[in-house]
Amino acid sequence: MRRVLVANRGEIAVRVIRAAHAAGLETVAVYSDADAESRWVQLAGTAVHIGKSAAAKSYLNSAALVEAARETGADAVHPGYGFLSERPGAVKELTDAGLTFVGPSVSTIETMGDKAAARDAARRADVPIVPGSGPVGDVDEALAAADDVGYPVLLKAAAGGGGRGIRPVASREELADALPAAQAEARAAFSDDTVYLERAIDGARHIEVQILADHAGTVVHTFERDCSVQRRRQKLIEEAPAPGLSAETRADINEAAVRLARQVGYVGAGTVEFLLTPSGEFFFIEMNTRIQVEHPISEAVTGVDLVSEQLRIAAGEPISFAQDDVRIRGAAVEFRINAEDPDNGFRPTPGDLSTLDLPGGPGVRVDTGFVAGDRISPFYDSMIAKLICSGPDRDTALARGRQALAELRVDGVPTTVSMHRRLLDEPGLRAGAVHTRWLEGLLPEPT
Amino acid sequence: MTTIKAQMPGVFYRRPAPEKPVYVDDGESISEGQTIALIEVMKTFNEVKADASGTVAEFLVEDGDEVDVGQDIVRLGET
Repeated sequence: MRRVLVANRGEIAVRVIRAAHAAGLETVAVYSDADAESRWVQLAGTAVHIGKSAAAKSYLNSAALVEAARETGADAVHPGYGFLSERPGAVKELTDAGLTFVGPSVSTIETMGDKAAARDAARRADVPIVPGSGPVGDVDEALAAADDVGYPVLLKAAAGGGGRGIRPVASREELADALPAAQAEARAAFSDDTVYLERAIDGARHIEVQILADHAGTVVHTFERDCSVQRRRQKLIEEAPAPGLSAETRADINEAAVRLARQVGYVGAGTVEFLLTPSGEFFFIEMNTRIQVEHPISEAVTGVDLVSEQLRIAAGEPISFAQDDVRIRGAAVEFRINAEDPDNGFRPTPGDLSTLDLPGGPGVRVDTGFVAGDRISPFYDSMIAKLICSGPDRDTALARGRQALAELRVDGVPTTVSMHRRLLDEPGLRAGAVHTRWLEGLLPEPT
Repeated sequence: MTTIKAQMPGVFYRRPAPEKPVYVDDGESISEGQTIALIEVMKTFNEVKADASGTVAEFLVEDGDEVDVGQDIVRLGET
């Protein structure tokens, strides 16, 4: 592996380019019409234009990526997150073209991308799963399954993910109408109308475990993150380690993630997501077979450079450390700075970024793909930057977060900065007593 | 000439989903408030509602095209 094509944009493209250069690898950036002047294009060794602004015509166009790799002599592709990262068909096109994919195999992506297959794998690995059913085809089948699972239930699209394709159902009466609606939605969104049932769990926290696995079969974790501060299942604040977790639960949940990764023969960086109930039970939800947006908080508390480990693993090298070498040192919190208006129902706010003044100091890291003067494009997700604050303990990390958010100035587009400043005063957040519906409970109802 | 303009920038779609029929066809009459298209902005889908009634003379942008705020997307003919 000598030259890595970075098949992504924004902050993660910058992150991967930095890690690759630090590892002595050359880089190739790709860009759409909208991103021609971007920071990652300037940072990479070479850059190739791959199409129009719409993602379907650029970052999702695997043929264009293969061509860009061929043209520039790239021998590996790092997918970042989103876009092609979890699309087995596209990844197969890359690997069939002889490129090393920085991530797991096509069949692993396929298995973990299929909710039913992923649950089966978890069951075999003795990892607890949320009580649920197999695929339900008709209303009678669904009613029988829901009686077993217990109401309230969630109807979930087998091909869904990232919080999409989920419909809550409170009672038997609602299920008859909800099933065909959920099937139609699943068909429309994922071209697959397979749905299944899962018990809805109230007051649960979203805990996820970062794992790394190499080609020699070594699997390690770099502990957990708590990503419970969400809106419509989109994460806004993440913390590492999860506050208030008992040593026993921490050990159990991290070991469960490692067991699942072993079970599926995982290779690369991945995240195993769990729900942790108020009574301390945890259940597997899904595995993300890629680097995650919130990976820097794990880096901050463990000192492990996850992207550089990804590159090592892809090159066939072993993970650079052993499980026993990894300790949690302190705490870290990440705030997602999105071009969304929190005072206006989180309406997306594309536009021109006139100011981007970044904070600094000990324990303050900002990952961004933008500079002042850039346009925040309507064609991609709304993230402008990630602010990661860490310290020897949680209070220090939060205090540094408060200061950093006070210093951070983003003008030109409304952002989530104002919301983060307010949330830091919330007793629930300060106490670490949040769950996945906590933020929605605080926000005014959408108008 | 009466036109319906894009209220936001993004990717323009004439169908609610790729395999679904278009919201409206050329020659169809539409009424104010009717959904005639989608614009995808930062991965969220926003319905484009007609701000006038009339007959669709022609769509001025193709399915999947990029549109800007204020861009004409539909030309309306006589009702």
